[in-house]
Amino acid sequence: MYFAKELLEQSSTLRKKWEDEVRKVVAKNPDQKPERLWTTVSDLPIKRLYAPEDIKDMNFAEDISYPGQFPFIRGNQVTGYRGKYWTFRMFSGMGDAKTTNERWHLLLKEGQTGLSTAFDFPTLMGYDSDSPKARGECGKCGVAIDTLEDFMQLIDGVPMDKVTTSMTINPPATALWAMYCAAAQIRGIPLDKIGGTIQNDMLKEFIAQKTLMCPPEPSVKLISDTVEFGTKYVPRWNTISISGYHIREAGSTAVQELAFTLRDGMEYVEDVLRRKGLDIDSFATRLSFFYNSHIDFFEEIAKLRAARRIWAKAMRDRYKAKDPRSWWMRFHTQTAGCSLTAQQPYNNVVRTATEALAAVLGGTQSLHTNSLDEVLCLPSDHAVQIALRTQQIIAEETGVANTIDPLAGSYFIEALTNEMEQQAWDYIHKIDEMGGMVAAIEKGFPQLEISDAAYKFQRQIDAGEKIMVGVNKYVSEQVEPIPFLEIDDTVETEQIERLNAVRRKRDNKAVKKCLDDLRNACKKGENVMPYCIEAVKELASVQEICDVYREVYGEYRDPGLY
Amino acid sequence: MEKTDKIRAGDVREASRLIRSIEDSVPEAKSAIKHIYPFTGKAQVIGITGSPGAGKSTLVDGLIECFRKTGKTVGVLAVDPTSPFTGGAILGDRIRMQRHAEDAGVFVRSLATRGALGGLSKAVGDAIHVMDAMGKDVILVETVGSGQQEVEIINHAHTVLVVLIPGMGDEIQAIKAGIMEIADVFVINKADREGSGKLQREIMAMLDMSPIPAGGWRPPIVKIGNAFDPAEFEKGLEELTTKILDHREYLINHNLLGDRIRRKRTHELNEALREAILEPVLNLLVSSGELDRMLDRLQKKEVDPYTLAEEVAKKHLTGCV
Amino acid sequence: MAKRKIRVMVAKPGLDGHDRGARVLARCFRDAGYEVIYTGCHQTPEQIAAAAIQEDVDMVGLSCLSGAHRYLFPAVKKLLVEKGADDIVVVGGGIIPDQDFQYLYDNGIKEIFTPGATLESIVKWVNENVKPRN
Repeated sequence: MYFAKELLEQSSTLRKKWEDEVRKVVAKNPDQKPERLWTTVSDLPIKRLYAPEDIKDMNFAEDISYPGQFPFIRGNQVTGYRGKYWTFRMFSGMGDAKTTNERWHLLLKEGQTGLSTAFDFPTLMGYDSDSPKARGECGKCGVAIDTLEDFMQLIDGVPMDKVTTSMTINPPATALWAMYCAAAQIRGIPLDKIGGTIQNDMLKEFIAQKTLMCPPEPSVKLISDTVEFGTKYVPRWNTISISGYHIREAGSTAVQELAFTLRDGMEYVEDVLRRKGLDIDSFATRLSFFYNSHIDFFEEIAKLRAARRIWAKAMRDRYKAKDPRSWWMRFHTQTAGCSLTAQQPYNNVVRTATEALAAVLGGTQSLHTNSLDEVLCLPSDHAVQIALRTQQIIAEETGVANTIDPLAGSYFIEALTNEMEQQAWDYIHKIDEMGGMVAAIEKGFPQLEISDAAYKFQRQIDAGEKIMVGVNKYVSEQVEPIPFLEIDDTVETEQIERLNAVRRKRDNKAVKKCLDDLRNACKKGENVMPYCIEAVKELASVQEICDVYREVYGEYRDPGLY
Repeated sequence: MEKTDKIRAGDVREASRLIRSIEDSVPEAKSAIKHIYPFTGKAQVIGITGSPGAGKSTLVDGLIECFRKTGKTVGVLAVDPTSPFTGGAILGDRIRMQRHAEDAGVFVRSLATRGALGGLSKAVGDAIHVMDAMGKDVILVETVGSGQQEVEIINHAHTVLVVLIPGMGDEIQAIKAGIMEIADVFVINKADREGSGKLQREIMAMLDMSPIPAGGWRPPIVKIGNAFDPAEFEKGLEELTTKILDHREYLINHNLLGDRIRRKRTHELNEALREAILEPVLNLLVSSGELDRMLDRLQKKEVDPYTLAEEVAKKHLTGCV
Repeated sequence: MAKRKIRVMVAKPGLDGHDRGARVLARCFRDAGYEVIYTGCHQTPEQIAAAAIQEDVDMVGLSCLSGAHRYLFPAVKKLLVEKGADDIVVVGGGIIPDQDFQYLYDNGIKEIFTPGATLESIVKWVNENVKPRN
């Protein structure tokens, strides 16, 4: 029992007194309506008060403990944020490689401590800038990368052995990571000195974000290839960032985000164990996570704490990892794009600050804060600066980083953490029964659960049962124009010209041979990474590599579940 | 008539508009059908039925590809259910077929059931005529896939595919709904899944129990692998296409195609008679309040339904009774 | 005679896969009593225009969050006009800055819905502005 018997008896007596008082007051002065206001943004009911009874069944050593100790609910790092704040990592990329490189240098100058790459849609989907499917998209919501030449321009002047770089790239992850590796080698930096993350999480694409290329099975195989390659040659690289962010943005609840993300993680672990025969402790540290921090403050803090505990339990008990570092859940957080509003956009600064604070109190190790204008366009320099400053203020002015996991032991936080963990396990077990995440995705299970939640939320907004300021309450007719960043359509023409120039000057025979070798490797089930690195060095394009995958593994189209 | 000429020349816009008018029961639609009717009867109509989630749309998408490879033009009618609560519908079948959207030889049209009993829209029969008159060589009709009225597809199709997947208890549902009897070809979809052998044995056992006359058609069973495994999937589809053509050959060689067509015609005539005779009478009874009065008399047991029906017939259908 | 029913298409042009809005809207239109054809993600303007004509819809709703709306939305409208289907109303939604509205209106996009538009307001707009063909 978490509390002594005497304390619980005392509490019980005092509680009755309080409850009597509440009844009296409510009779005269009723609670505000509707009832649903007193739920989280994900519709979890919240009690008026939490007290010792709500957490009496906890076990201190198994459920809470200390930082750096199982179950890591209080954090992985024994010194908390004192040794190092979370990484200030702003997701950025737009136009061509040169423009993005300039933004990166600006951010580094302003005190950003890690880089994070946003690619444009053609790159994300594995198409070159001159593909008919890419029309109108080039450089629009991220940077356009076709070949290693673009990539070298992108990382120009970036100290690759000092700054870690995250790349949000999924189906073509092997190609883009190969470019990073090739760039390091060209610059004479050994692969074991570079660090960073590739998102490389296809399961959440099928579930939520729909950046699609090949079917689930071979997609997971390609991911396992990167895990294996990283384990052997690029030990400082997180070869996968298992992402709940997009699941949440697609409209899931916090519990669904927690459950589906962690179950995705388990699916990858199981695939590597089965397919590559690696020891769990040899690759567990290659896995990192990526969560959303939404507007419901305590729900988010509880979610992040629960996530660490679930993962620690899963790694220790389900997969029998022995090294305590394998039990760590290391994660990046981004504030919720879907919580921002186009109406009264300056309010978004407040939303983002609140969400960022929740992420920090939840113990994030890396953070992106959204810019106020992201619901309208790509962020402008000024808006990005405010977003970065928001993190810096939280870190260096508010004092929240002084002590580790400051909300631990709160009746409410611990009770909510427990409840969310329980609900997540229920989902995880249900997916186990379906035969795992790939099977569940083929049945459309997570997709439809999210659709239902998204529709329900929108209906609640329409009905005024959930509030979005400026949208369904405190609406103002006055429009505040904000400066916005436009990507010129000339980016597309110039990028295509560059690509054509590369095609003219490269050794096309060598490119063809590299692609043939890659094709054979795919057919034989070999690890594709070494072949990708060779291909990008010969200036094979992102699409040329992805076309090989499409040809061998087949193309997956959106089944359009609704 | 200019519009119907356009349809006969293959004009998609006119054809889809006419199908819309058929669905909306616009009177002009009927006269258009009269015009195109003489030009129908050439297309091969294939019905695809089976429970929701059996992968019918993906299969249809694959069949389109197969028929297009042989140079045939294809029409698809994909039926989805209308919500009984709101009257609206999300018609999602064509998502799986969108890669053919730009192919001028393919015309995909979604239909909502609109309160029709069972798995087909009332407009299906006439919509088939429209596609037929456009000159489509093959018309694939995908049903909703739930409920007993699925069997209605045999009134429209020359060849019926029943699609089942392993491990879903599908066969039991199908037997209950009576759709096992209407199959000309069985498809075991997603046959890479566990239980596909068992499902195959069950279908075979069922076929063994039903008497097939010597030289008669025993519905073949085609296994189709996971659609995510392109090579396997394609192999299964090719076999399926062959079996569909075999079935057509069989019908022709055994002079049975005429029977199927006659069955189709019988259904059409029945529907037309109902529309021409029963519906106007019913409308009249409703609008004049006569129907209510009849119901009152029934409720008071003053009369029985048969007598009432005879009275109505005597009054409205001279020479019938 | 049955009443003409409104038929609409909800489509996602381009490479963007953020389909939350599109799917929520498809459900909302169904609940408003319309027949909704949903195309799924990653459609080219050519695919969308062809499908809209095959389905004889009254309206096409396009959703795009990638910033490529300036190319994609007008492209769909232009193709419809070319195919003689200029009566099909085209509307758009997604992450679209105010500055682009006029350009889109000028290119035949009848209305733009941005984040925060309530479902109710969208259905109201459709009921007032989209009439099923006679």
